[in-house]
Amino acid sequence: MVDRMIQVENAAFRYRDDWVFRGVSFELAKGQTAAILGPNGRGKTTLLKSIVGLLSLAEGSAEVSGRIGYVAQKNDMAFAYRVLDIVVMGRAAHVGMFSTPGPKDYQIARTTLDRLGIGAFAERIYTQLSGGERQLVMIARALASECDVLILDEPTSALDFSNQALILLVLQRIAAEDGLTVLMTTHAPQHAQHLADDVLLMHGPGRQDWGPAKDMLTEERLEALYGIPVKALEIEHNGKVTSTLVPLFS
Amino acid sequence: MSVSGETATPARVWRLGLWGTLLVLLGLSILVSLGIGRFGVPVDHVAGILLGNILPIEPVWEPVEERVVELIRMPRILIAGLAGAGLAVAGAALQGVFRNPLVGPQIIGVSSGAAFGGAFAILVSESQVLLIAAAFGFGLLAMLVVYAISRQQGRASILMLVLSGIVTSAFFSALVSITKFVADPDDKLPAIVFWLMGSFASASYEKVLLIGIPVVIGSLVVYLMRFQINVLSLGDEEAQSLGIKVERTRWIVLVAVALISAAVVAAAGIVGWVGLVIPHFARMLTGPNHNVLIPAVALIGAIYLILVDNVARASIAAEIPVGIITALLGAPVFAYLLRRAASKGWSTE
Repeated sequence: MVDRMIQVENAAFRYRDDWVFRGVSFELAKGQTAAILGPNGRGKTTLLKSIVGLLSLAEGSAEVSGRIGYVAQKNDMAFAYRVLDIVVMGRAAHVGMFSTPGPKDYQIARTTLDRLGIGAFAERIYTQLSGGERQLVMIARALASECDVLILDEPTSALDFSNQALILLVLQRIAAEDGLTVLMTTHAPQHAQHLADDVLLMHGPGRQDWGPAKDMLTEERLEALYGIPVKALEIEHNGKVTSTLVPLFS
Repeated sequence: MSVSGETATPARVWRLGLWGTLLVLLGLSILVSLGIGRFGVPVDHVAGILLGNILPIEPVWEPVEERVVELIRMPRILIAGLAGAGLAVAGAALQGVFRNPLVGPQIIGVSSGAAFGGAFAILVSESQVLLIAAAFGFGLLAMLVVYAISRQQGRASILMLVLSGIVTSAFFSALVSITKFVADPDDKLPAIVFWLMGSFASASYEKVLLIGIPVVIGSLVVYLMRFQINVLSLGDEEAQSLGIKVERTRWIVLVAVALISAAVVAAAGIVGWVGLVIPHFARMLTGPNHNVLIPAVALIGAIYLILVDNVARASIAAEIPVGIITALLGAPVFAYLLRRAASKGWSTE
């Protein structure tokens, strides 16, 4: 029996009379990774927020077993906190209402930073970090909560190639090491191809496809999703054949 | 070397130095201020008078000096210190939960509500007790009004809170104007106007208790919630996704802030700008982490108002309302901080 970590059933969300998405159903088992793809405005972020519990669905249900770690798309930090202070805020659910984090919480925060290879950032100021470094800190904060399910909203969007590769590598590693269930949105089919076991394509209200990544990430389906040609290529590099997906901008 | 605690060693040394310095400065400012005034008392006499309370010291000072220091200046300095600490803590807490370095106690309507309560009490009665009770009651009432207006479908957004605060303040300011308009211009009007300007002149030990108890309780609550304020400052969604009960947590902080602000207004009138300027200044020394910021602003706020009150009571023959001086000092300092922060971005202060 496989542990179901995320179970979404017939989920629907609307702003006033406009449906953002309808009839979304999928299940994600422990240790599985899924990616959500779709054009802007089809409710990828809204769906994630509904699963996290920040928004309420109009119909259906979204249930998560275990603790959720959430990495939002944007973080505008009002104050220039130290990295360690930010990561220790990931412990909030373990800290009482009139209490503060203890040595154990700081220990977990530091260990998590070390795991992601950014232990040296602990005393640095978050707002002075680069985009890729900030994303690692946000992932560290989510992990410090000792989550079972990691939900990320476009974790690679604002990053250059090397940082994209770094984040993908980190996600792959921690998911494998901790048996984490990972759900993320992305605009890059190659990233989904690289990480995801399953993929959800959100075409519009009532129209979505869910299935194994290799069945979803095809030329036909992606062209239907984005309205531009997307080609699947096999590229030989260092004696290894890698398949990738390339959008054609004409 | 691995450090498992909250701070690395150099940061810990710097922090200990900061606490030591602030405590020494607070002690010195109290000591010096006890001697300052129309009737000067040398610092060694002040120290002797204070130590005489606990040690058997042969008095070398005049009995009148002892009365001035212990019965007139001490309660006044204690009230100034409590008010400074309270207003600064209230300001820092509000800036944290509203994620905005530009808010102060007036934003949630408490100050203007309390101002009306006090002004009305002066109009209808001579009673000091009624003045304090009315300032307190209307301060809390104003905050409840803000709460009621801003809540929609069980939630209150920050924008709605701030706008409701502005609306409520405007309403209570109009009520203050009516009160002034109908007040007897020879008798009641000056009393209202001077009270609104803010002053510690009518200090007594009863007032020390009256302001002290709510300020200490409110500040303690804010201090206990310093980590939750950190999390709230990330924004509602972030805080909620991290497992904080956002609404409830924020309102506990706001009620504590209302308690502090209403008590200060009740005892000393409107002393503006402290809650805005001191947290900005303190953040430059401690960084934005409320863990350290909250106790630091309490000490700096106390030192600041004690020193400013010296100017109020001793610079010229007549007493200058302290609220005027805090505004004269606060506005330009704040303008400077604004420019500085604007050029670097809020986040880098």
